[in-house]
Amino acid sequence: MTESKVVLHFPPHLVDKPLIYKLSRDFDLEFNILKASVTPQEEGILVLELKGDDDNFQHAIAYLKENGVDVQALTQDINLNYELCIHCGLCVPICPVSALVKDGETDEVKFVKEKCIACELCGKVCPYNAIEVSLNA
Amino acid sequence: MTKTIQEINEKIKKGQAVVVTAEEMIEIVRKKGEKQAAKEVDVVTTGTFGPMCSSGAYINIGHAKPKIKLGGGEVYINGVEVYAGFAAVDIYIGASSLPPDDPRNKIYPGEFRYGGGHVIEELVAGKDLVLTATAYGTDCYPRKELRTLINIRDLNEAVLFNPRNCYQNYNVAVNLSDRIIYTYMGTLKPKLGNANYCSAGQLSPLLNDPYYKTIGIGTRIFLGGGTGYIAWWGTQHNPGVERSENGVPLSPAGTLAVIGDLKQMKPEWLRGTSMLGYGVTLTVGIGIPIPVLSEEIAYYTSVKDEEIYTQIVDYSKPYPQGISESLGQVNYAQLRSGKIRISNKEVPTGSLSSYVKAREIANILKEWIKQGKFLLTEPVAKLPQAESDYKFKPLKIREV
Repeated sequence: MTESKVVLHFPPHLVDKPLIYKLSRDFDLEFNILKASVTPQEEGILVLELKGDDDNFQHAIAYLKENGVDVQALTQDINLNYELCIHCGLCVPICPVSALVKDGETDEVKFVKEKCIACELCGKVCPYNAIEVSLNA
Repeated sequence: MTKTIQEINEKIKKGQAVVVTAEEMIEIVRKKGEKQAAKEVDVVTTGTFGPMCSSGAYINIGHAKPKIKLGGGEVYINGVEVYAGFAAVDIYIGASSLPPDDPRNKIYPGEFRYGGGHVIEELVAGKDLVLTATAYGTDCYPRKELRTLINIRDLNEAVLFNPRNCYQNYNVAVNLSDRIIYTYMGTLKPKLGNANYCSAGQLSPLLNDPYYKTIGIGTRIFLGGGTGYIAWWGTQHNPGVERSENGVPLSPAGTLAVIGDLKQMKPEWLRGTSMLGYGVTLTVGIGIPIPVLSEEIAYYTSVKDEEIYTQIVDYSKPYPQGISESLGQVNYAQLRSGKIRISNKEVPTGSLSSYVKAREIANILKEWIKQGKFLLTEPVAKLPQAESDYKFKPLKIREV
């Protein structure tokens, strides 16, 4: 079983193709859309959480690449800029997956990247612009 | 065992003063008792770092050739509207002022990424800022338009002057409704999704001197990374609220108006702040030294989070409607633990005030005093006291 978060970049000519439907029908993958920005005639970006059999997963990724989709693992998308963060903790109860937590000893806010699902809720509420969101995985 | 501020200052000058933070004082009093602590400790330092909307700075930009009278005209700095209702070249930058073309909450919730608070932070950081102005022109001030870069080093005066900072205790904000709300206490998720608070608790200045026995008008303080002074009591000062047995108010009470030379402050302690769906503000760093003049003061400065209670308030309906209603009270130890219980529901907590930075401020102030760089001052007048009739009144709307 493989479970992974991926960032898909669609060139404009692929935006109207039902590629994600294929992931589910032909490769039996479960998908959860974390972010979608798809506009006709423009490059589309889709952040997905994919889950399925190891072989199917590999084949699905190969299929996407063959069709001209740029596939990257979701890693660096959200970052906490500790230069700007004041460790208030306003973001902590907003994060739905506890990727932002307060250290019980130091009271500092810690960002646990492995848990982050890139929903960007924290970026909206941070009063100091300390959450950096980039789609360049 | 009593001491005077003069005696403490003599010790500071000789480098012999014993200075501890309000956090450290808790342990000292617990171990040695108030009597011994009052003998040993001379000064307790406090700190707070949180959004304080009633803040701003006045500046004098100097006269151009030919001269312009900004008073009565319109002035913007980096596009943010500033107040010009003074003489020719004095202006006031209000922390929550916005550029006229900011969409506000028309696109809801508004992001409010740049405003007066950010202008102040950038001014203190030494950045060049764009000032534009239009004026009506007079015989003595003929210029009608001005567009120039300004920099803090060239200004005649740059003074931080905040009408209300340093709230003594504050509400815990929750949302009982079924939709998300955006408030000055942060984003509040529906049906008790989170509980937000805003106080440094046991490190907070006025919670360590609950009856304003040492903190008064004229007190020298840490302000925005430099030194400042308490200018007056703050607006909405409300000393008569109900208090615990330890003297600590159970709801928002005293406030301070503070002043200081902006030129010696630091941008890391004056941060432009954006509250989603609410607006722009300034996060201000303040630290106040408390001279341990007696056992009583030693007792007050040993207050700990478990002993400081505050009220839980629903910001979805009662608060905006001006109805004073508490859903119960919690203490700051519970709030800082990350979750509290409200009507049998576990609710995660979020803080607006930074405890980490409050601690840092208390430590910086402690070092300043230990090194003899910062002397204590005798207040010139007292703040309105708890037993006075002074109180915070609502506005009664009268027919025009």
